[in-house]
Amino acid sequence: MARKVVITGLGATTPIGGDVPTMWKNALKGVSGAHTLEDDWVAKYELPVHFAARASTPATEVLSRVEAKRMDPSTQFAVVASREAWADAGITEIDHDRLAVAYATGIGGVWTLLDAWDTLREKGPRRVLPMTVPMLMPNGPAAAVSLDLGARAGAHTPVSACASGTEAVHMGLDLIRSGKADVVVCGGAEAAIHPMPIAAFASMQALSRRNDDPEHASRPYDRDRDGFVMGEGAGALVLEAEEHALARGARIYAELAGTSVTADAYHITAPDPEGLGATRALKAAMFDGRIQPEDVVHVNAHATSTPVGDKPEYAALKAALGKQVDSVAVSATKSQMGHLLGASGAVEAVLTVMAIYDRKAPVTINLENQDPEIPLDVVTTARDLPSGSIAALSNSFGFGGHNAVIAVRSI
Amino acid sequence: MASNEEILAGLAEIVNEETGLATEAVEMDKSFTEDLDIDSISMMTIVVNAEEKFGVRIPDEEVKNLKTVGDAVSFIANAQA
Repeated sequence: MARKVVITGLGATTPIGGDVPTMWKNALKGVSGAHTLEDDWVAKYELPVHFAARASTPATEVLSRVEAKRMDPSTQFAVVASREAWADAGITEIDHDRLAVAYATGIGGVWTLLDAWDTLREKGPRRVLPMTVPMLMPNGPAAAVSLDLGARAGAHTPVSACASGTEAVHMGLDLIRSGKADVVVCGGAEAAIHPMPIAAFASMQALSRRNDDPEHASRPYDRDRDGFVMGEGAGALVLEAEEHALARGARIYAELAGTSVTADAYHITAPDPEGLGATRALKAAMFDGRIQPEDVVHVNAHATSTPVGDKPEYAALKAALGKQVDSVAVSATKSQMGHLLGASGAVEAVLTVMAIYDRKAPVTINLENQDPEIPLDVVTTARDLPSGSIAALSNSFGFGGHNAVIAVRSI
Repeated sequence: MASNEEILAGLAEIVNEETGLATEAVEMDKSFTEDLDIDSISMMTIVVNAEEKFGVRIPDEEVKNLKTVGDAVSFIANAQA
């Protein structure tokens, strides 16, 4: 019998709230975190996309000036979210050799990397700061969280594009089940609202161009969806072996029942049109968590709002859940906060845990004309979830054909 | 040309910016590593910022000789002379 793993702490900094209580309140209300970018670089580089969903509370307002200076913005978000999750878990005594970190990012320190390149070209090598390497490395967030909390059972960085945050939760479960750690702080962070990634994502036609109406640009499952909206921020969860949590009388949000990761091996960016890889991931996560389709009452979908991406996810949910797919309350929270890339899975894991704990499904905004080919029961006003034992799934898919799913069960 | 007092004040601002230490803590007889707890990466950042601020060049091989704040002030003053 595998060790049971529970969730005892949550943290987040997102476009719809700088902490979990604010984010959750807004997620149930249904707000948009997308706004027109005021930066001069939008016009300077003639970017085709003029908006994004920035973190509602800048990390520099939370961290000290000196802390922030030594961290890439992605790491700043990671530290902010992890500190909230750690404080929320209320762990006062811990064997630090049994505390691990699994903290993901999709892109890493892109601001640091590109700023340093500009500095090199404009001012020469002497002016490239000595902190450049530790700030740009993709393991920077995991390393900073490990340093901050004194986590010595390993600090890991799963990188699988937009599935990274979910894969970090998957890794966290494995670390505890395999006995390598008793407590894991896991999550994901991203800070890529920079002209180069915007240009690159726009170039592959992945971003919405609804420049005159940013608040309505992210519209998963809507007939008129035209791409995702770049978001930024971080999510963090404290996973704990059940016996460790019970021994200290911890408040337990939910059980992390099962997780899985699969790969499409189909195309470098396009999803398998039949969603076969996603189906295998969903089935594997449910099997891992001993969850039957009829236990599943809620799905936090990947649903990025791209024309090609939303449909295969429906195919996968249908294949994995069978007729239960019609009874599942589906929330597409990227409609509110945009796509946080490597952080999205972590933030959505936090939302999924809150949905189970609070027994409420969060809102999908901007669904005006539902795509008839995706007849899911999409939650457009906050909805109560049933009493009794319930389970929820959260999906994430990443360029490269990465599929990651977590299954959360009420306690 | 800056006086030693002006160099000290400028250096203290750079140290404060990098480490958060109060500018008053940056005194001539203080050791960067022993007293101010400045690690090698921060020291290099301070050196590069000082080069820009004072318009001097501090060679890498010279940095290890700058043990105290006073050493740095003297080096910068001489380099400016």
